[in-house]
Amino acid sequence: MTTTTAPLADAPPDPAPVPAALKRAARRRRSVPYLLLLAGVAWLLVFFVAPMVYQASTSVQTGSLDTGFKVTWHFATYWNALTEYWPHFVRSLVYSGIATVLCLAIGYPLAYTIAFRAGRWRNLLLILVIAPFFTSFLIRTLAWETILADQSPVVSFLNRVHLLDVTTWLGVTEGHRVMATPLAVVCGLTYNFLPFMILPLYTSLERVDGRLHEAAGDLYATPFTTFRKVTFPLSMPGVVAGTLLTFIPASGDYINAELLGSTNQKMIGNVIQSQFLRVLDYPTAAALSFILMAVILAIVTLYIRKAGTEELV
Amino acid sequence: MTTPSTTSEATGDAVRLTGISKTYGSFTAVHPLDLTVPAGSFFALLGASGCGKTTTLRMIAGLEDPSGGSVRLGGRDVTALPPYKRPVNTVFQNYALFPHLDIYENVAFGLRRRGIKSVKQQVGEMLDLVQLGPLARRRPHQLSGGQQQRVAVARALINKPQVLLLDEPLGALDLKLRRQMQLELKRIQTEVGITFIHVTHDQEEAMTMADTVAVMNAGRVEQMGAPADLYENPASTFVANFLGTSNLIEAEVTGVLGGTLHLVSAGQKLTLPAARSRADVTAGDRVLAGVRPEKITLAHRDDEDAIPAGRNRVQGRIVDSSFIGVSTQYLVDSPVGAELEVFVPNVERDARLVPGAPVILHWNPEHTFGLDAAQDIDAGTESDDEPAPGGGGAPAAAGAASAVPAGGAGGAAA
Repeated sequence: MTTTTAPLADAPPDPAPVPAALKRAARRRRSVPYLLLLAGVAWLLVFFVAPMVYQASTSVQTGSLDTGFKVTWHFATYWNALTEYWPHFVRSLVYSGIATVLCLAIGYPLAYTIAFRAGRWRNLLLILVIAPFFTSFLIRTLAWETILADQSPVVSFLNRVHLLDVTTWLGVTEGHRVMATPLAVVCGLTYNFLPFMILPLYTSLERVDGRLHEAAGDLYATPFTTFRKVTFPLSMPGVVAGTLLTFIPASGDYINAELLGSTNQKMIGNVIQSQFLRVLDYPTAAALSFILMAVILAIVTLYIRKAGTEELV
Repeated sequence: MTTPSTTSEATGDAVRLTGISKTYGSFTAVHPLDLTVPAGSFFALLGASGCGKTTTLRMIAGLEDPSGGSVRLGGRDVTALPPYKRPVNTVFQNYALFPHLDIYENVAFGLRRRGIKSVKQQVGEMLDLVQLGPLARRRPHQLSGGQQQRVAVARALINKPQVLLLDEPLGALDLKLRRQMQLELKRIQTEVGITFIHVTHDQEEAMTMADTVAVMNAGRVEQMGAPADLYENPASTFVANFLGTSNLIEAEVTGVLGGTLHLVSAGQKLTLPAARSRADVTAGDRVLAGVRPEKITLAHRDDEDAIPAGRNRVQGRIVDSSFIGVSTQYLVDSPVGAELEVFVPNVERDARLVPGAPVILHWNPEHTFGLDAAQDIDAGTESDDEPAPGGGGAPAAAGAASAVPAGGAGGAAA
């Protein structure tokens, strides 16, 4: 195009300011993401990074509440905490691991049904899944105290069908009680974290195109093979997200062990809580927190490697 | 018509549907239907959306349970078999490729499900057949629409099904790619000799690819036959209008003389070979006389004397004309009823043939076909998926688009 000035056009603006304005606009556009991040970053700095640093320093302090705590780089606290409380760590990981597997076993069929079979009941069922969130975590766990109480219908029924004999033989209950046993704590954990499993599972199952099921059936896959080779692999993002969202908070949980267990079911969360609030041994509590964090991080890293996020679409 | 080198069952029928039907509540998607597809043929089920063609295909695949009737594949009754036990494979409308598997594994899926361990050679050959060998390790989402389509074909064909079912396989592709894939599919079918049943709403696609076309409308097969036969001898107004375009003139029979029907419509005398009339009529009855737009010659009224005797003539006045490239399409208002369409090849253009000009439409009476006047004369015209005159929309749109920059340039120069 040659630059023949249109006589009817208004006097064109000086060409120089245009690039300048454009540059300003571009700069503004570039800075927008940072502005949007500002609130979140500030929040994380104040409520996550600062406490972490504070706890890290606490964990290497020595002293007592009376004499005051001083940073003495006393890393032995970690070793002492680990040697003294390793059974609690193991118990925490075992309980939360079992609870996660149970959540997956209960949640997957449920999420599958909601995603593929529920039809017009889908939204109602989803609301029912999140309905427990309308009540406090504590109250719901207290409710389980009633459900699992020695004279409760549930426990009487379990006794009548001799299921408790089986669980006692397995070592997860004692005699004819459920309360104050590992079973009770695992039940509480499973119940409390189930929605965190169902929702991500549902989200990823819901995205699986139903026509893929037809295609698999058309290509000689039985319904079960279709599930194994198509539906389940495609729902892996939900499985990974759901197991993480269940396992991580469950392994740090102390409410369920506190309310449904006895001293024999104390999890690491209970130890940390009592070290902080009752024993007032802050360095040990802080060290335990960091060990827990490191253990979970290691497990999650291994798990994601194994589950293979690169397989996720 | 190509006769592919048929493999196993050279004779006999690949598919035989007997009284098959499908109802959803009170809605009948497919009326009891009998259909026989010869082995090795390229068979097209053609119809507008919602006519029951896809439902019919899905009943053959086993993805839909028929409400009645039976499906036989190569003589074996498979009506009660689930899809994974039927020796048919489907190319789905949106391909339905497995997104978590690469192309190789997508193609190998069917073989692996049947417990075949060494799939390498077969998959390789199949990928070569659809020219996708180098892309074996890509994921479906990394492929273009045309490539995905070929994967879908390969994934189905590798199982050497008795019948390959194609459900609007080219619907998602643009026009040019669709033409290319039509030839490609035709080539593959000839090469492998498997029976193809192709569902489409595109009449051009059906006619270019298939040996036999079954035109479906409202859950029924209206007519079945070779494409040329359907086009030249439509049995109903639906087929006449859906397959290409037809000019249908409602006329009264004045007499039957020596195998020729003499008709009159709005004072214009027409003749029609009695053998080409689908309606059994005698003097006094009404009949629809049809003629394809390209069979008609258009002459200016001044040249009336030059028209040879014995041809059917209709007077009219040009209402509209559009230049298509290879031909010019005229819309002519005439006393015989609806506006008539005429396609005139652009060999020698008559400058007098402009809107408003008085004209005579004339054609060989042999090219007239007769239909039962009791039918809806407009059946099959309101195809919502594709404009009836094939490709008619595209050049017009291109013209409009090219007009914009031209107008813009004019404005700048002013």
